[in-house]
Amino acid sequence: MVSFKALLLRDLRLAFRQGGDGAMAVIFFVLAALLFPFGLGPEPEALARDAVGIVWVMALLASLLALDRLFQGDWEDGSLDLLALSPLPLELVVLAKALGHWLVSGLPLLIAAPIVASMLQFDAAGLPRLVAALALGTPTLSLLGAVGAALTLGARRAAVLVSLLVLPLEIPLLIFGVAAADPAATGDGSTQFMVLGALLALALPLCPWAAAAALRQALD
Amino acid sequence: MHRFANPARFMRVSQKLLPWLATITVLFLVAGLVLSFLAPPDYQQGESVRIMFVHVPSAWMAMCAYTSLALASAAALIWRHPLAEIAAEETAPLGAVFTGLCLVSGSLWGEPMWGTWWAWDARMTSVLVLFFLYLGYMALLNAFDDPTRGRRAAAILALVGFVNVPIIKYSVDWWNTLHQPASVLRMGGPTIDPSILWPLLVMAVAFTLLFVTLLVIRMRAALIERKIRVLDAAASGALG
Amino acid sequence: MSFSTWVQMGGYAIFVWPAYGIAAAALGLLAGGTIRRYRMAQRRLAEMTATRRGEDA
Repeated sequence: MVSFKALLLRDLRLAFRQGGDGAMAVIFFVLAALLFPFGLGPEPEALARDAVGIVWVMALLASLLALDRLFQGDWEDGSLDLLALSPLPLELVVLAKALGHWLVSGLPLLIAAPIVASMLQFDAAGLPRLVAALALGTPTLSLLGAVGAALTLGARRAAVLVSLLVLPLEIPLLIFGVAAADPAATGDGSTQFMVLGALLALALPLCPWAAAAALRQALD
Repeated sequence: MHRFANPARFMRVSQKLLPWLATITVLFLVAGLVLSFLAPPDYQQGESVRIMFVHVPSAWMAMCAYTSLALASAAALIWRHPLAEIAAEETAPLGAVFTGLCLVSGSLWGEPMWGTWWAWDARMTSVLVLFFLYLGYMALLNAFDDPTRGRRAAAILALVGFVNVPIIKYSVDWWNTLHQPASVLRMGGPTIDPSILWPLLVMAVAFTLLFVTLLVIRMRAALIERKIRVLDAAASGALG
Repeated sequence: MSFSTWVQMGGYAIFVWPAYGIAAAALGLLAGGTIRRYRMAQRRLAEMTATRRGEDA
């Protein structure tokens, strides 16, 4: 009998045993973000102004890293077939996977983001808002990523294809995420935060549903 | 519904309709072009307003094509309708071309009108996203060794991406950005001058007819190609 | 209005003509490619059914 909690714990255990994926995402996030001072020039004002955008874009890209392997391992060794046959609805399986993905690569990002933003000369006063926006936005990234991973299961060049499919869908999230955390914007960004919340609320039921449909196609 | 599911019936009906479709497509295209260049120049924009007669119909077609893509995909997934699968597959490249045309013509219109080739406003961004959705759909379609899997996965993607279409339509109403708000398809009727409205509508009909004609031809070609593959397989089986 | 004045489109020529030109080119290529694919498929099918009929005969 597979329960949601059991599935989640198993995925987390696997992730920690392999060690790689979550740490890789964070390392990539930090490294890539730190390329920008070299590319854009080290002037503090310019970097600080772009810091929110850079952090958000890097968060998007970092969340893509482990996506193609989200379902692949289970699919290859037949566990996915067993999960599909189990009483646990496939939608909950997807949710467990997405949650696992977020815990391993999204949550560490929330810790790394303030550090990276500060290195990009971002004013510390804006950090809580940035972390709050990321906290609300990164789960949606994992959910959308799960849809992409399910759609590309078994495809050729799945890793690149996932990015091509998922990034356009994530652009509205990026726009509102940056606007919510932007200290230069008028107001406290509460509308943008509400939109981020709404996007998450929409993604929570819809993404598992779409991803499960895609997984069923893959298992047929 | 299932009366029309028969590919053979589609081939028969489309064979009769195709010459007529092609003819009125050409007629409307010619009429549209003539009207586009006979229309008077705009008070503010001068002759550059003529770009609108390419840009706006392209935009409408980009969205209509995606809507048909989504509908065909839904039919393919729910009823496993063979014609729906083919329709979806053949619609995507047409939609992508219209979307690209919308972006290019919009850029050419934006420079004289607003002084910029591109702006990251809500509508332009979501049309760009639409373009990538088309590309993603076509990539996913061809990414699998098993073509059926590709078609099914792409169908799901088409439905997931459909949320973008209302965003494009209403983005100019929700956000007050660079693009002007809706002036044709709105409650209370169009607000633009008839001398501009008529070329626009004729070009829109022309583009729609072109889309339908090309889609029918592509679907016929696809069905013939399927028959060829079946015959090929049978022949090699017979020889083997 | 003289032809050259008309071509200049009130100074907007470099925007108007490429817009229509690219549209014509893109849609023309699309139509051309579609028709070519259709004709090739028809021809191939005709060849195949002819040879099959030849074999059966």
